[in-house]
Amino acid sequence: MTGSTGVLGALAAHLLGAGGLVLPHLNYSTILPELILLGGMLVILAASALSPRPLPTEVYATATVGLGIASLIASLVLWRDVTSHGAFTAIARSIDVDGFAVFFLVVVSCILIVAPMFAAGYLRREGITGCEYYVLALISGSGAMFMASANDLILIFLGLEILSIPLYVLAGLDHRREASGEAAMKYFVLGAFSSAIFVYGIALTYGATGSTNLAEIGAFLSRNVITSNGVLLGGLALLLVGFAFKVAAVPFHMWTPDVYQGAPTPATGFMAAMAKAGGFAALLRVFVSTFPTLRTSWQPVVWVLAILTLVLGAVVAIVQNDVKRMLAYSSINHAGFVLLGLEAATARGIAGSLYYVFVYSLLVLGSFAVVAAVGGNGDADHDISRYRGLGRRRPVLAVGFAILLLAQAGAPFTTGFFSKFYVVEAAVAAHSYALAVIAMGSAGVAAFFYLRVVFVMFSDVGIAGASDVSRGGGEIARAGAVAAEVREQDATLLGGAGASAVATLVAPAYVAAPELAPEGTPSEPEVSVSPWVTTGLVLCVGATLVFGIWPQPLVDFAHQATLIF
Amino acid sequence: MGGATVVAAATVPDALTFAIAAVICVGGAFGVVLMRSPVHAALSLVATLFGIAVLFVEEDAQFLAAVQVIVYTGAIVVLFLFVIMLLGVDRKERVLADVFKGQRVVALVLGLMVLAEVVLLGRSRWTTGAHSATGSLEGSGSNVAKLGRALFTAYLVPFEVTSALLIVAVVGAVVLARRPDHRPVEPIEEVEVPLVPGPDDDPFGAVGTDEDAGGSTAPDETASTVPEHASSEPEHEPAEVPST
Repeated sequence: MTGSTGVLGALAAHLLGAGGLVLPHLNYSTILPELILLGGMLVILAASALSPRPLPTEVYATATVGLGIASLIASLVLWRDVTSHGAFTAIARSIDVDGFAVFFLVVVSCILIVAPMFAAGYLRREGITGCEYYVLALISGSGAMFMASANDLILIFLGLEILSIPLYVLAGLDHRREASGEAAMKYFVLGAFSSAIFVYGIALTYGATGSTNLAEIGAFLSRNVITSNGVLLGGLALLLVGFAFKVAAVPFHMWTPDVYQGAPTPATGFMAAMAKAGGFAALLRVFVSTFPTLRTSWQPVVWVLAILTLVLGAVVAIVQNDVKRMLAYSSINHAGFVLLGLEAATARGIAGSLYYVFVYSLLVLGSFAVVAAVGGNGDADHDISRYRGLGRRRPVLAVGFAILLLAQAGAPFTTGFFSKFYVVEAAVAAHSYALAVIAMGSAGVAAFFYLRVVFVMFSDVGIAGASDVSRGGGEIARAGAVAAEVREQDATLLGGAGASAVATLVAPAYVAAPELAPEGTPSEPEVSVSPWVTTGLVLCVGATLVFGIWPQPLVDFAHQATLIF
Repeated sequence: MGGATVVAAATVPDALTFAIAAVICVGGAFGVVLMRSPVHAALSLVATLFGIAVLFVEEDAQFLAAVQVIVYTGAIVVLFLFVIMLLGVDRKERVLADVFKGQRVVALVLGLMVLAEVVLLGRSRWTTGAHSATGSLEGSGSNVAKLGRALFTAYLVPFEVTSALLIVAVVGAVVLARRPDHRPVEPIEEVEVPLVPGPDDDPFGAVGTDEDAGGSTAPDETASTVPEHASSEPEHEPAEVPST
């Protein structure tokens, strides 16, 4: 033992003496949240491999929640360090410990606390055994954390891959449904393609600036005025494409609806929350803190991206009858709102974006958990008609879902309202008036399809009047559908939440009616919710309401995070 | 990028090496696209990758050249060949067939656009930053030593984090490749029958005749001709397994 250390010591001394190799100080505490997730993941993997009998999925879920809490505590300790000592870089300047990074560490930890609860109920119901979901989720979370705290493009790329590859696998977790495998394949091929584009962007940026370190790139660009910066702009554009794919911004959103629909529902929720958190963390950092000198170049591009994303996400979501697909398009719409903050590129805008990502990740997790519960065995049916009368059959679940949807629509007294308010306010403050108006219009349009689901859940008109409809033929229903369409157009034109609300109040009951008519008796799909899912939903809805009524702590957190850059 | 400096200081052997390697590269690339046999296409890819390795040597990046040969020509192309062999070597690629309608035109337009972009970028002065702090090739010391130094100093975290990527790869491959426990692996003969159909009988025609004949015919005949029947049948039994 002593001999070997002696040899090693001699070797190290020789190397240090000969080449002057100064190994960087490995400050493990700065990457403690990541290490907790990765280490815990290895333990879970080993436990599942070594245990004689397959462990129940709840054991893994408990472990994952525990790891999430542990990484949350580690993140909060880092937050205390940062607030008391200021931001610093660690381990050869490749890790950034600042408010921005810690904010995302907290977001990822929260996702990892809530997501396993939803997964446990689903996996139990579907009879999917094994620890794979949890292991993949933990690795994915560590990737998002690395993306958030990376100070080096290479590390961002590695984080991106560690984030994405588990998501590809999670999309294909359900062997029994063909759509799941198809989603995995599609996501993998397109994702690999976008990663390649991203690496090319890194290569061009490196060629133009001589470094992959974000701080060094920023310093180089602030020292030098580059006259012919075609290569740098090319690299920047390719980086933006890579990120835009990850966060599903239009026109790089093509994969989103199919993948979200095909993936097992809890995996969809996790994917939506985690990919957006990691993607936006790196996107905001790279563009705002590293390339502020090129802002006039990238701002118009982000402007166009934001508008396309806002408009397409909202408009296409309206015509979806599949709730899962509708939420997929709505997630595109949300990405547009986060891009508002980036376009503004002010401290206020970034704070708004951070707040938005945090709020959205909890909302989307909860929403997809309800979708998983209502969808029934094997993700069989996510049609909106399945939600009819949910308010009567499962009032608490329906109210919870309604709150989550209303928050996504931006209703007051929920976190969703403030998240939309802050990014739009930042856009106005940055004089992007057109963008702000389009964003508000898109919020109005989006309110329509959220409220439509809410109304379907609480309308028993279809069921009470089922016999009437079947007796009186389809005319009423058809007239109702026409009226609904007319009102839908009105709502789109006005773009006001009020108008959409009126339309929603009238429309869906009749739209739903024709499907009922032939059957005579309404179908009552069984909805079972496990205690795990209930706990998770209580957390999500609770956070939505508590921080909606008392927003100051979370807002302050996001604001401080941008100050300690 | 280094091209400018190489040309400036080019000796005749340098220029000659570059020309030969470039011809090998481009020729190999054309071979990949135009060869009829997939195996030949893969071997053309070897030529391209080898040419690039020669260019790396020319640029004083010996380590990269070695890695290029070992990893790309040695491992990745061999992997391609494995896949090609598994899928059937004898299948000839119809190079001129349009798989998607209009694909050729779109590919041509996009290719020309990329070419134009490359030319434009090449013509404008390439503003590059200060020579890389971590991997500069100037000065004394070998290539490998410099790379190792960079890996264990500036890029220590990325280097370590790569291990997580390897774990993902293993877990992901296991999850995706493993069949669910309750679904039996299909017997080999059921897979082989549709792959190599008889020269004159149509498998789908055979379904029709079987069904016309009614349920009196032997059930294993339908099972052997129609894979869907065979694979869907055992699915009913295992559905009960997880619920118990």
